[in-house]
Amino acid sequence: MISLFTAEGFYAILFLGFVGVTLAGALIAVTARSLIRSVAGLALCFLGVAGLYYYLNGPFVALMQILIYVGAVCVTIIFAVMLAESSELKRVTRRNVLIGPLAFLVSALLVWGLVGLALKTEWRFSPAIANLGTVGDLGKSLLTTYSMSFELISVVLLVAVVGSLVLARSGRSK
Amino acid sequence: MNILLLSNSLYTYLVIAALLFGIGIYGLVQRQTFIGMLISAELILSGASLNFMAFNCFLTPDPTVGQLFTLFIMAIAAAEAAIALSIIIAVYRNYKSIDTEDVTDLQG
Repeated sequence: MISLFTAEGFYAILFLGFVGVTLAGALIAVTARSLIRSVAGLALCFLGVAGLYYYLNGPFVALMQILIYVGAVCVTIIFAVMLAESSELKRVTRRNVLIGPLAFLVSALLVWGLVGLALKTEWRFSPAIANLGTVGDLGKSLLTTYSMSFELISVVLLVAVVGSLVLARSGRSK
Repeated sequence: MNILLLSNSLYTYLVIAALLFGIGIYGLVQRQTFIGMLISAELILSGASLNFMAFNCFLTPDPTVGQLFTLFIMAIAAAEAAIALSIIIAVYRNYKSIDTEDVTDLQG
């Protein structure tokens, strides 16, 4: 039994905190009525996931998660919310009342199936033998083994940026 | 099972990723605005990335593969968010609404 007041205990409690932040942020993102609050929940969830990545031996991926998702994607979504309309509050609902319970049922079934699958499968654990997965190893494999996908992802990003400029530009009068 | 050893178990991460995926699916079905649906899609993608990182940490002999895949998922997600948001802006300019029920020209 590990005591709570040692380094290991603090490590474990911090992990539970990250798990709680992730799930709470995801629930806020899905259930909040105003879109801005929902984006804030999404940012909270991404921060928690970044903490989980740190526990999974990937500090570089954790920092990239904060930089790209919290820093870029969430801010872009907030800009879109401010350009379009802001709330779902004063809206007449014309849709079926069954959608909420049905959505809950479908997602609960999916979670049940996935968790059952994850717990029942015999995973073959193996330790890292090729390298340690540090930032240096990541950089080496990006420039040798995966250089083709690296270039392709750059082209995809370029096309996406140009395409989104064209799409957002096209209906404007001036 | 000791609650303080949860961070060393593959199953913890798989359960959290499954929960993120399920919450994302729930939001995708239940939300009424395009931006809300985009937010739920981001949740689904982060569940998938968490699965990749967990398998990368515990199961694979080469621990750079999963990290690189997660980085590529991030780049794709950023591109997807940019395209989706510009489509949403274009839809808003034409229909003056981002409600999914308002953007129906064909009444079927």
